[in-house]
Amino acid sequence: MGSLFRSEDMCLAQLFLQAGSAYDCISELGETGLVEFRDLNPSVNCFQRKFVNEIKRCEEMERILGFLLREIKKADLPLPDRDVNPVAPLPKHIMEQLQRLEAELSEVTRNKEKLQKNLRELTEYTHMLHVTKNFAQRGSEAQYEEFPFLERDAALDYTGMQRMGAKLGFISGLIQRPKIEAFERMMWRVCKGYTILSYSEIDEYLEDPDTGEPTKSVVFLISYWGELIGQKVKKICDCYHCHLYPYPSSREERTDVVEGLGTRIQDLNTVLLRTDDYLRQVLKKASESVYTWYIEVKKMKAIYYVLNLCSLDVTNKCLISEVWCPVGDLGAVRQALEEGSRKSGATLPSFVNRIPSNDTPPTLIKTNKFTSGFQNIVDAYGVGTYREVNPAPFTIITFPFLFAVMFGDLGHGLIMAVFAFWMVLYENNRKLKNTRNEIWNTFFEGRYIILLMGLFSIYTGLIYNDCFSKSLNLFGSGWRYTHRLMTRAWGSDIAANRFLILDPNITGVFKGPYPLGIDPIWNLANNRLTFLNSYKMKMSVILGIVHMSFGVVLILGDLNVCCHFRKKSNLYLVFLPELLFMWCLFGYLVFMVVYKWLAFSAAESKTAPSILIHFINMFLMQSSGNQLLYPGQIGVQGFLLVIALLSVPVLLLGKPLYLYWLHNGSQRLGMYRGYERVRRGSEEELSLMHAQDMEEGSGHSDPSTSREHQKEQINFGDEFLHQGIHTIEYCLGCVSNTASYLRLWALSLAHAQLSEVLWRMVMHLGLRVDTSLGVLFLVPVFGLFAVLTVSILLVMEGLSAFLHALRLHWVEFQNKFYSGNGIKFSPFSFALLASSFDHDGFP
Amino acid sequence: MPSLLFCGPKMAACGIVISIWGVIMLGMLGIFFSAKSAVLIEDVPFTEEDIRNDKFPPQAIYSLYNQVGINCFIAAAVYVAVGAVSLCQVRLNKRQEYMVT
Repeated sequence: MGSLFRSEDMCLAQLFLQAGSAYDCISELGETGLVEFRDLNPSVNCFQRKFVNEIKRCEEMERILGFLLREIKKADLPLPDRDVNPVAPLPKHIMEQLQRLEAELSEVTRNKEKLQKNLRELTEYTHMLHVTKNFAQRGSEAQYEEFPFLERDAALDYTGMQRMGAKLGFISGLIQRPKIEAFERMMWRVCKGYTILSYSEIDEYLEDPDTGEPTKSVVFLISYWGELIGQKVKKICDCYHCHLYPYPSSREERTDVVEGLGTRIQDLNTVLLRTDDYLRQVLKKASESVYTWYIEVKKMKAIYYVLNLCSLDVTNKCLISEVWCPVGDLGAVRQALEEGSRKSGATLPSFVNRIPSNDTPPTLIKTNKFTSGFQNIVDAYGVGTYREVNPAPFTIITFPFLFAVMFGDLGHGLIMAVFAFWMVLYENNRKLKNTRNEIWNTFFEGRYIILLMGLFSIYTGLIYNDCFSKSLNLFGSGWRYTHRLMTRAWGSDIAANRFLILDPNITGVFKGPYPLGIDPIWNLANNRLTFLNSYKMKMSVILGIVHMSFGVVLILGDLNVCCHFRKKSNLYLVFLPELLFMWCLFGYLVFMVVYKWLAFSAAESKTAPSILIHFINMFLMQSSGNQLLYPGQIGVQGFLLVIALLSVPVLLLGKPLYLYWLHNGSQRLGMYRGYERVRRGSEEELSLMHAQDMEEGSGHSDPSTSREHQKEQINFGDEFLHQGIHTIEYCLGCVSNTASYLRLWALSLAHAQLSEVLWRMVMHLGLRVDTSLGVLFLVPVFGLFAVLTVSILLVMEGLSAFLHALRLHWVEFQNKFYSGNGIKFSPFSFALLASSFDHDGFP
Repeated sequence: MPSLLFCGPKMAACGIVISIWGVIMLGMLGIFFSAKSAVLIEDVPFTEEDIRNDKFPPQAIYSLYNQVGINCFIAAAVYVAVGAVSLCQVRLNKRQEYMVT
């Protein structure tokens, strides 16, 4: 039975999977997500498990997929983002495809890089030839001349050169611009003037092969005399990472080389274009199926992880695994196993067997998209113990209500509700569901919570009569304010008085209460806060006592469940004293508040008794000399005080003494072993011992008496201590928790004041301007008002009220009945694996 | 013709939201000012002389109320224009996104 009130009945089951169909059966179970696998090999290292090779293969495939994705992203191809859900195939199918693809891609990329390098070199060579042509044409200043002049051997100025018989050599190349000056200086120092370096910068940016960035290069031409100098020059060029190219010796050679380079560059460009196109095609084809492969590989890896958790049976033909499974879903598990066996074509079926267990099962509560938000905020504090009362269904209403009491503004509630409604309408929009933004995801998952919070805030906004800090006059105020009804604060001159008093004791001033909420005239009143504070404080205390009493009453929900849990003794020894304590003291306070509201009117307002003083005097057992609230008050108060004080020792000592009496009583009655055995066989005794063991956390109860006797002896100390702590916590907690509910008043006051300040400081400025141009002032002022409302009043105050309402639930409400010691049921389900690329941090 | 797109998709969406809110809220404020609601008295720019020199007592204040009300309506009209511009931006953004993918 899938119910929100209590966690599901769980059982431990054993799965027997035939070796051939194990993969498919687990795949089926993963698709349905019904069971949680237990690790049957906890002591085995993850490298020694049976399927570690398969997992390595899966990781290899993931690596290739990562490489593919990076290439696709580099090529700027779009990735289709469909909602596919492929079933996990056997690994060898995908592995071959992926490996082939990777080999192809890397080969093509390598070729492309080689071609690009080639192209770069040729381009540089072309540039170099261009620039040095200019050098040669400049050569009329005769720094050096080309070879033809040399060969002429006429009366030239190469005197020095010919004398030494050295040949003129040229080295030309490119160097990066930042290095050229150092290069020149080095050249001068090393070669001592036997070289001449001329250089000029290329105007275009060329791509630097190492970093891929565009850099400026400089073409240089070195002419030198002599072999040794030539070697030195070459070595220096190597040091500076220059790209050297052969310098053509004659003008015809130069033009030939330039032409040849031109054609080669053109060819290379064509080839590169073709290679690019081919690469894109391959990547495009891959991008269509990369998403499917990704999911398949993830599923495969998960299945192998689960297979590693199983153990082999003696015959080595069958895998055994233990799972936690909801009792109601055993049929579905059987079906999944049959389906898996059928798919793998196995002859022997796999089957599931329920086995008894003494471990506490994990807690599973089935939720739908609406209740999952509320269940999450309850689980955030503590997952419920197995088969314990679940506070979530009550939280669906009380949480938004307490939030709204603290937030109470009609306009803000409306905006919040509209925002949440938009999220709910578009909840199936894939872009909204799958964003990576953590903060947005938090808001999106809580969209139903925010919707309810907004709707309830609209309601409390109507009650507080507060809409963007202004009241709405829907029904006509209950106060009459004609001139003759108003009294002046001082004297008779209206002009001199800043305040006029509307006294309800004068007939005709107050006609009757406003039908729904606070009267709008209070918005204009000077003593508005005095009135509202009193009202909100009393309301907070009343709401607090009601909420906490409800929490105490929920203890009853745990009484009749399994014999693991609480007993009938709890009903009289824990629940009743707790309830009586709270109601006799704080319930009486609530009664006094309501009674004073009803019994006293404006006529007696000057002499009405103060509840606070009466409450204090109740504890001090004094009578306050003033007027009583009602006749017989002293007697009633004394009686209630006595009951409350008596319930404390009952709470403190009742349960331990009862258990002690039961245990001792059994010892006295059962003298003989056989008698004892019979006695022990009685259900109460057995369940009592089980309860003892469960509470103390020990294992099975041992049949030997002495050990039991000893165990229970030790446990009594524990039991007393535990109950003592519980009593103190409860009694002191009653007082402090009641005071804690006053935050409902505090936050609603803060919200109202902030809202009023915002209106007065911002919107007021825009409305007060009355020149004709001032209209245009109103437009940006309203924009500013809107932005500040959303950021301060909705986001900041909203989060604050959310937090405080949550704290009230977690601490003040759940303290009374909830233990929250369970483990959450985490089924093996493919749906829970992260399904989008971004989750895995893929680039 | 240069692109008319000058803000991104999120800015345009904010623009639409604030415009709708502005139209509704300023419209209602205008209606409430024209109905001379007492709660809004603090926002009406009256001075001591207005009250003292008034020949027909509430008329001066009433005319001020009407003035502020008309201001609000004009501001609401401006927000309608802002909303229309934002809507255009949203459409242009959607078209550009469609063309890229």
